[in-house]
Amino acid sequence: MSDLLAARAQMGTSLAFHIIFAALGIGLPLLLCISEGMYLRTKKPEYLALAKKWAKATAILFAVGAVSGTVLSFELGLLWPGFMQYAGSIVGMPFSLEGYAFFIEAIFLGLYLYGRSRLSPLVHWLTTIPIAVSGMLSGIFVVAVNGWMNSPTGFKVVDGKVTDIDPIAALFNPSWFQQAVHSTLSAYIATGFAVAAVYAIGMLRGRKDDYHCKALAMGLIIGCIAAPLQLLSGHASAVWVSENQPAKLAAMESHFETQTCAPLTIGGIPNTEKGTVDYAIQIPCGLSLLVGFNPNTKVTGLNDIAPELRPKTSIVHPAFDIMVGSGMFMILVSLGAAFTAWRTRRVPDKKWQLWTVALTGPLGFIAIEAGWTVTEVGRQPWVVYGFVKTSDAVTTAPGVAIFFALFTFMYISMAVIVVWLLRRLAKSTSKPDKESGYAVA
Amino acid sequence: MPSLNLAWVIAGLIVVGLTTYVILAGADFGGGVWDFLARGPRKAEQRQAIAKAMGPVWEANHVWLIFVLVLMFTAFPPAFAAMSTALAIPLSLAAVGIVLRGANFVFRAHAASVAGAARIFGVMFGAASLITPFMLGLCVGALGSGNIRVENSKIVSSYYTPWLAPFPILTGLLAVALCSFLAAVYLTLETSGELQEDFRRRAVISGIATAVIATIALPFTIEGAPVLWQQLIWGRATALVIGTVVLGLVAMMMSYLRHYSIARIATIAEVACIVGGWALAQAPYMIVPDITVTGAAAPDSALGPQLIALAIGLVFLLPSLGFLLYVFKGQNPAAEISGEE
Repeated sequence: MSDLLAARAQMGTSLAFHIIFAALGIGLPLLLCISEGMYLRTKKPEYLALAKKWAKATAILFAVGAVSGTVLSFELGLLWPGFMQYAGSIVGMPFSLEGYAFFIEAIFLGLYLYGRSRLSPLVHWLTTIPIAVSGMLSGIFVVAVNGWMNSPTGFKVVDGKVTDIDPIAALFNPSWFQQAVHSTLSAYIATGFAVAAVYAIGMLRGRKDDYHCKALAMGLIIGCIAAPLQLLSGHASAVWVSENQPAKLAAMESHFETQTCAPLTIGGIPNTEKGTVDYAIQIPCGLSLLVGFNPNTKVTGLNDIAPELRPKTSIVHPAFDIMVGSGMFMILVSLGAAFTAWRTRRVPDKKWQLWTVALTGPLGFIAIEAGWTVTEVGRQPWVVYGFVKTSDAVTTAPGVAIFFALFTFMYISMAVIVVWLLRRLAKSTSKPDKESGYAVA
Repeated sequence: MPSLNLAWVIAGLIVVGLTTYVILAGADFGGGVWDFLARGPRKAEQRQAIAKAMGPVWEANHVWLIFVLVLMFTAFPPAFAAMSTALAIPLSLAAVGIVLRGANFVFRAHAASVAGAARIFGVMFGAASLITPFMLGLCVGALGSGNIRVENSKIVSSYYTPWLAPFPILTGLLAVALCSFLAAVYLTLETSGELQEDFRRRAVISGIATAVIATIALPFTIEGAPVLWQQLIWGRATALVIGTVVLGLVAMMMSYLRHYSIARIATIAEVACIVGGWALAQAPYMIVPDITVTGAAAPDSALGPQLIALAIGLVFLLPSLGFLLYVFKGQNPAAEISGEE
């Protein structure tokens, strides 16, 4: 295994792992805030019991997210010193802001998790607000760095040296807004449907009580609001990519021939040697219509991009289809759930409805992983689009493959333990909690 | 108008951040060490007191390291790149320690009812708490040694020998001892009765261990880090060296005499002297002898906005942090160590 491949594999594994916990770190605090707030308002014990249960899950997930995030800040230097030397002073600002947001999140999470007996109920509830806000902001700031990698701004290169650094311009890079909206929504969607799915499964097993209905409702509300918005955000992202990163768009769509009336390719197996897609469904002029609202929009194909600058469409295209497919399914579920709730004035609780919600449980995270694959693999061979190649940023230090193996082993072990702990938490039937009357341990 | 040297201002902030990290998170690592070494009839109570002290604050304390890392790569990108490359192995191991320590601490707390699993998580938590301070201390020693050589942004020295040497290994051990000392002193203020006596003994023992390691390390500095040696023994850092010795003795004596609040203040001041003394001795180098503060600094156009962002961030951070420490460390929590849960 070459060091470049090992470094990419390690960064990829670390991010693929961290992104799950990061998304939950954005979504769960919002649920905690809602549930604690509802308890303060209604005094219904179900809300308190749910908040206590979710707080325990959040404690585990946040800790794993925090340590895996720290590893990433190490890995920026350990694996990509060339990137950091080039970009550190340009994109340091969003990293610092992200650091602060994370700091605030950690502080108030400590207060929330351990402060129930030391703070008044109102202050205790109020601590969930900075957690939710800073959780969201830390994601938005860190995505600014990724946005900058896609649309580098705020500096000039003179004789191979970086000059005229403007960190503010780098922070407000053109890709940031649409990427931040897309990723923030994805975190709420994934968390909302995951939580809804957990309680839908509980209801399928016959526990159709208030506790389960309220949890299902809170999860669904978040998912159902965020999912349809994601359609707009996703469209804006695709248009942006088509204008700024034609190679990425071509790889996403397995689009080989530059043409007007470009077809939209769904599914299929890209054959990069022949420049065709086997077994795909093609909608005539679909791609031109989507990115330009006009069948005559010309879309650049991979054949017009230098071979060494082509991203791997064999990865990017299926990842894109998985993301869009999962997203579309969740949007349908959210519309259906909203319709049912509007018509019946209650949460969807028919067997088939619960089964559908249960199916969406993992989909949000699958979509996140796939979407992240699209944007990262689709940017290759660049780490800083148009300026620095990934291969020029990699470390010269030894042992990359060994640490890749070690970290992968640690992440797999942690994933197994986290799943085990969460399952125990979900099934726990310990003696009821004093305040709420439900088992929350 | 006399121009303020922004690079030095940020370098100063990095030292402040590092000091805060050692004072706060160092004690969390030290707590892990005492968990690992827990013994005697009150073994379980010792572990419980440590977990209770760490629980609400360790994640926030840990963020100071991220603060330092981000300032490093924002303000001094070539220095960060060179350190990360030359010290890739010990820094990777430090990251391994961070993951294992944090994850196992939380896993143990949430698997308390499964005795076997909790025991394994506990051992992992304790053992991992030794790794990170040792590796980070080792890296600090290596940075001052003069053995990491950088030419045209490329590491030209070995990836192993600069840190696999007596001086860095001693600074690593010193870091572990210092963290343990900090933790023991803090824990005397968060416990009562016999448990307090346990930690008082541990404070004195780890205080002596810290002093012994520091004394052994001193002669190794002559060969191992000549640039530091000059400034430490008779240069700009000498006053802080003397301060460290005096404050260390005061902290130890005050723990022994059960004046725990004074001991805590002295220990915190001692850490400030150690980190500050090291920074002063090593200045103007970030990596002796090839990378300096001004040489590695990003241009002012990058540093200025960064400093403004830092200042704005601190306006939100400091009151929040104050509130956290007030709620969990302000009132004497010793009274409720038994009883709750």
